[in-house]
Amino acid sequence: MLRDITLGQYYQTDSIIHKLDPRVKIVTTLMFIVSLFIVDNFIGYIIAALFLIMEIKLSKVPVKFIFKGMKSIFFLLMITMLFNLFLTPGEAIIQIWKLTITREGLILAIRMGIRLIFLITGSSIMTLTTTPNNLTDGLEKLMNPLKKVHVPVHEISMMMSIALRFIPILLEETDKIMKAQIARGADFESGSIMKRAKALVPLLVPLFISAFRRANDLAMAMEARCYRGGDGRTKMKPLIYQKRDYIAYAVVLLYIVLCIVIGRILL
Amino acid sequence: MNKKEMISTDNLTFEYIRRDEEGNVEGITTAIDNVSLDVQKGQFIAILGHNGSGKSTLAKHFNALLFPTEGSVWVDGMNTEDDSHLWNIRQEAGMIFQNPDNQIIGQVVEEDVGFGPENMGVPTKEIWERVEESLKAVGMYEFRKKSPNHLSGGQKQRVSIAGVIAMHPKCIIMDEPTAMLDPNGRKDVIRAARALNDVEGITIILITHYMEEVVYADKVFVMDKGHVEMQGTPREIFSQVDKLQELRLGVPQVTLLAHELRKSGLAIPEGILTREELVDELKKIYR
Repeated sequence: MLRDITLGQYYQTDSIIHKLDPRVKIVTTLMFIVSLFIVDNFIGYIIAALFLIMEIKLSKVPVKFIFKGMKSIFFLLMITMLFNLFLTPGEAIIQIWKLTITREGLILAIRMGIRLIFLITGSSIMTLTTTPNNLTDGLEKLMNPLKKVHVPVHEISMMMSIALRFIPILLEETDKIMKAQIARGADFESGSIMKRAKALVPLLVPLFISAFRRANDLAMAMEARCYRGGDGRTKMKPLIYQKRDYIAYAVVLLYIVLCIVIGRILL
Repeated sequence: MNKKEMISTDNLTFEYIRRDEEGNVEGITTAIDNVSLDVQKGQFIAILGHNGSGKSTLAKHFNALLFPTEGSVWVDGMNTEDDSHLWNIRQEAGMIFQNPDNQIIGQVVEEDVGFGPENMGVPTKEIWERVEESLKAVGMYEFRKKSPNHLSGGQKQRVSIAGVIAMHPKCIIMDEPTAMLDPNGRKDVIRAARALNDVEGITIILITHYMEEVVYADKVFVMDKGHVEMQGTPREIFSQVDKLQELRLGVPQVTLLAHELRKSGLAIPEGILTREELVDELKKIYR
């Protein structure tokens, strides 16, 4: 069962967004987040919403699936909105007992709520349409200029993709160790939180030992297959911009300009 | 000095030095003790030995993962201690390890097979050709888009073999590739190894403690305590059942049965390797 775990939340459909270069998607997501902080009025938010709707339509990912991710941030969203609602000083509209809702507070809360929801939706479209592997590749390519200042870009992305590959294996191993310990009378399920946390310690020790052993084996296997870092390495699946990627960049640029013009200058 | 053999060792000795926490030498374990052996091109070699006999340590010398304390190792005429040949040696002598999970790097089968060629700097187009041909050679082509986590042990091990073949090696060293597999997976892996040897002429060095896998080898080395105790064809080796048992190694069941029958007085020659041979011999007696 653990083997089927999907990392991130990739959702396979055959859409143009899925086919885009991961670099385009990373840049777009960053730009979209920036745009949310540029726009300062409701027309701006409508443009952002239209942009989001266009992305969702193009990605062919069911809307239900996208909003599933919202559940996890529901609490954060509620807390942020409530704090803004009650704690912003200004002109009072409603007063209940000691709590005052101000006009400014109401506007700020709505604005915050919209920003957060858009932010999460925008970034989940990226993770829904890009495999973790592709994301790592895209990040490596994007960070390439950092090599000049001696950031080990290739090594970082190699570590990320190895981590992704080993997470299911280590989960399976955790499961195995847990069962072995349950069989010998360990109790992971009852008692206070502290007690349960303590019960996990004997689980972590063998897990760490085995992870190190695996790392050692893997390093040797990689060396045996001529791995010697990023220099002189070719790519089996190189990232090359296609026509559609340039079009996507153009659309994003247009969107950002529109946001600046309408959100800041006109109004 | 020039060597024509695929692999040859000259008085190879390797010592593990154990150190305490301050780095002082606590003791020295000699894992390989003065071993000299030659492997010709195109042979299927088996190295036998129980745990701790030094066979894995020996294998790691063939791929320049470990270097001799004394003596030397030559791979296709190149000394493993010569740094300028290091990557050539690792390309020519591929290595398969015991645990299939710990040697698969890619998250998709085809990406893992492409890992070796990528490291060697092979152009993209040729990587794809090599991946396709090596996956076909081990019969895993239809799994190329799958995640390795969804494969069985035997399938994973065949993907590892494909990963090595994609580097176009002259020799493949397999360090107990079947130790963690079920009988079916074991059969598939050995079949793939034999096919590579027969069809492609790749030298195979199989390290194992399953006697049944040794029967097809051209030559067998038996190791014990870091020495090569016996060497010869499987028939020569398995004729010496008593000596093998002294070294705490079993023999194939058929060989053992023939040996016991011979001891109890039947006129059966030593070194029976397959069931058919035993049946023929028994027929001769009871005709």
